[in-house]
Amino acid sequence: MERPGDMEISRRGILAGTAATAAFAVVPVSEGNAAMTSGAAPPMMKLSLKVNGKARELELDTRTTLLDALREHLHLTGTKKGCDHGQCGACTVIVDGRRINSCLSLAIMHEGDSVTTVEGLGTVGDLHPMQAAFIKHDGYQCGYCTPGQICSAVSVLDEIKRGIPSHVTADLTAKPAITNDEMRERMSGNICRCGAYSNILEAMTEVAEQRA
Amino acid sequence: MKPFTYERAASPAKAAAAALATPNAKFIAGGTNLLDLMKLQIEAPAHLIDVNGLGLDRIERTDAGLRIGALVRNTDLAADMIVRRDYAVLSRALLAGASGQLRNKATTAGNLLQRTRCPYFYDTAQACNKRQPGSGCAAIGGVSRQLAVIGTSDACIATHPSDMAVAMRLLDASVETVTADGKTRAIPMVDFHRLPAATPHIETALAPGEFITAVTLPKPLGGKHGYWKVRDRNSYAFALISVATVIQPDGTGRVAVGGVAHKPWRIEAAEAELPKGAKAVTAHLLAGAKPSRDNAFKIPLVERTLAGVLAEARTA
Repeated sequence: MERPGDMEISRRGILAGTAATAAFAVVPVSEGNAAMTSGAAPPMMKLSLKVNGKARELELDTRTTLLDALREHLHLTGTKKGCDHGQCGACTVIVDGRRINSCLSLAIMHEGDSVTTVEGLGTVGDLHPMQAAFIKHDGYQCGYCTPGQICSAVSVLDEIKRGIPSHVTADLTAKPAITNDEMRERMSGNICRCGAYSNILEAMTEVAEQRA
Repeated sequence: MKPFTYERAASPAKAAAAALATPNAKFIAGGTNLLDLMKLQIEAPAHLIDVNGLGLDRIERTDAGLRIGALVRNTDLAADMIVRRDYAVLSRALLAGASGQLRNKATTAGNLLQRTRCPYFYDTAQACNKRQPGSGCAAIGGVSRQLAVIGTSDACIATHPSDMAVAMRLLDASVETVTADGKTRAIPMVDFHRLPAATPHIETALAPGEFITAVTLPKPLGGKHGYWKVRDRNSYAFALISVATVIQPDGTGRVAVGGVAHKPWRIEAAEAELPKGAKAVTAHLLAGAKPSRDNAFKIPLVERTLAGVLAEARTA
């Protein structure tokens, strides 16, 4: 029998869905940390990277995520902080041509990288086709997840074009097609609390057809 | 996050040496699991050793099979044409895990080393022997729907969350490592992850500072590959259970199961039952299971899922 609370906990557990990962454990972990003693200034590091085509120099606390570097230090507030744990996709940006969760990446690990945020895709006077299609098809309601949705949507069409398979690709050795199932599966890392999914899909379909 | 110092490793052996010499150091690759845990202060390294940029991001065909660099991203491994054609179960397992954004960052070695998703490990207000050795296990007697049914101990009932690792175990992969003194070794997947026993905080066979350089696969097995993952929603969710199989035309083959134990679960002797069907295999594979009331459903779910995979292998 299911008890009250069972589903709630499992849903939250699912939302923490990072099956793949990257932290090589060094065992065992011992205590002791000179940098952690009270009063000491936190370690800082210099960083050079390209953001939306422009070279940027920063000096950051080592703990700064790429997301916080973009928003708090470069004042590019288009990229949003949702869960800050890689579960919602609001922070999605494109780094060296690949979409990532900027909240789960340290800024100092992006030395020399080229980052594209929603501000870099297009401007008010010169929208990226995906931005224009989101407006046309009402691919949002509150708009908070939208920058991440748009960065992801642009990358998803690119990933299909490059032949990267997905969980729903029937024949692994064939080139994946641009279908609703493929796009829905590939967009699952971007949560929209308003539920604009079907309109997002229409926007993506239109851009895909323009390019076909 | 607690403050930490940071360095970029110059070579695998130097990374291992730095990890051994620096108190409370950790390697960081994709960071998708480690940074999540650092934000919650479940992990609090004083020093991070960035192991990106060591040239460990290549997939090479070898005389023995395939050599996958430790830093190959999940997306690239799943999309590699040799993997898609000859080790399809691995590609399928990778694509069943996480989201597109995470697979773009997450690495092969990091995937093996990801920590459990047990809710009591994540909640620092709860007792957890894995997070704080000796503190107890609040999951035992707690909400355990997602947790392990076999290989558990009085100290821990957590599962290993990886899909990729289940396929690696099925394929008899080996984990290549280097230590600070430059010594290398290969650890078979069967020995790589440990059962919790009394020390659930010690999760792998790695020695302090030991660094993973590659994962190798033996020659392709042929046969029909399957990876069926059962979860509460169809995408971007951890497995309740998963079943990985390679089935040969004569009905023999291999079976490994995820979501049921502290490590990918495979009992080679159970595979002899494959010609008799899913019920016989599951009875052997999960003999001695000690499920809770919450997760007893996982045992029939493994059997039914395996039956589905076997039916697919017969028809296709």
